Amino acid sequence: MKAVVTVMLKAGVLDPQGKAIGHALNNLGFAQVGEVRAGKIIELELAETDPAAAKAAAEEMAKKLLANMVIESFKVEIAA
Amino acid sequence: MRAGILLFPGINRERDMVLAVRQSFGTEPRIVWHKETDLTGLDLVIIPGGFSFGDYLRCGAMAAQSPVMRAVRDHAARGGYVLGVCNGFQILTETGLLPGALLRNAGLRFLSMDTMLKVERNDTVFTAKYAKGEVFRAPMAHGDGNYTADEATLDRLEGEGLVAFRYHDENRNGSARAIAGVYSPNLRVLGLMPHPEDLVDPLMGGTDGKPFFDSLAAA
Repeated sequence: MKAVVTVMLKAGVLDPQGKAIGHALNNLGFAQVGEVRAGKIIELELAETDPAAAKAAAEEMAKKLLANMVIESFKVEIAA
Repeated sequence: MRAGILLFPGINRERDMVLAVRQSFGTEPRIVWHKETDLTGLDLVIIPGGFSFGDYLRCGAMAAQSPVMRAVRDHAARGGYVLGVCNGFQILTETGLLPGALLRNAGLRFLSMDTMLKVERNDTVFTAKYAKGEVFRAPMAHGDGNYTADEATLDRLEGEGLVAFRYHDENRNGSARAIAGVYSPNLRVLGLMPHPEDLVDPLMGGTDGKPFFDSLAAA
């Protein structure tokens, strides 16, 4: 079973990387681009058959290591 | 004061730290590999700078899970001294021994230059040989030194006198309230981004960082 963990900087935390990407897109002529936020996606292959257990385990992993809760938030999705 | 210097894969500033300790303490520090768990006999644990575990995931995130860091947590809980410089500071925030986090520099550039640090208080073991409010020069070399914490934590740090150093000349990495270093509540754990160990001998171009290590030696 695959879990996909998306880690993003919390709202309100300055994201200089997202800002730089936004500027670059504007420079490329994509004038419609406003705020850009950059994060990361971590895919986990889990030896689990129960989606609820897989989700709970991935959330525990995110809290302990994958995300720094001081500055980041995360979201776990279970892919079949 | 018996010092140990932690070594993780990717740490590259441990030799500078050995030199600074040797010079001020007059004793040889013990190099402690990240898989070791016995810190017996050490008064001070130093986590030097570098790029532990290649900065994978987040700076310091992997090192924070190393076996030796469990021992460092116990050492700190016993009231032992801990110093983290640069990547060492990042590792201390990742382990939760110090509050806050270090984000990518606001200008996105790696900063390799001297900065001026203001000593916020001089009644700690790390700063006793400086004057309160003294400004000294310290080299910095980091890509992720932008100190951040929520407003309540920042207010608490300032209210309880736990800000150790502030950038005095220019806040180049965008740190909240120009904070360059913070203490634990018992003032025995210190983390800072710039490198006092890199100015401890005239051959290095200055001795601005020597009082820092002389303070520890006298503690």
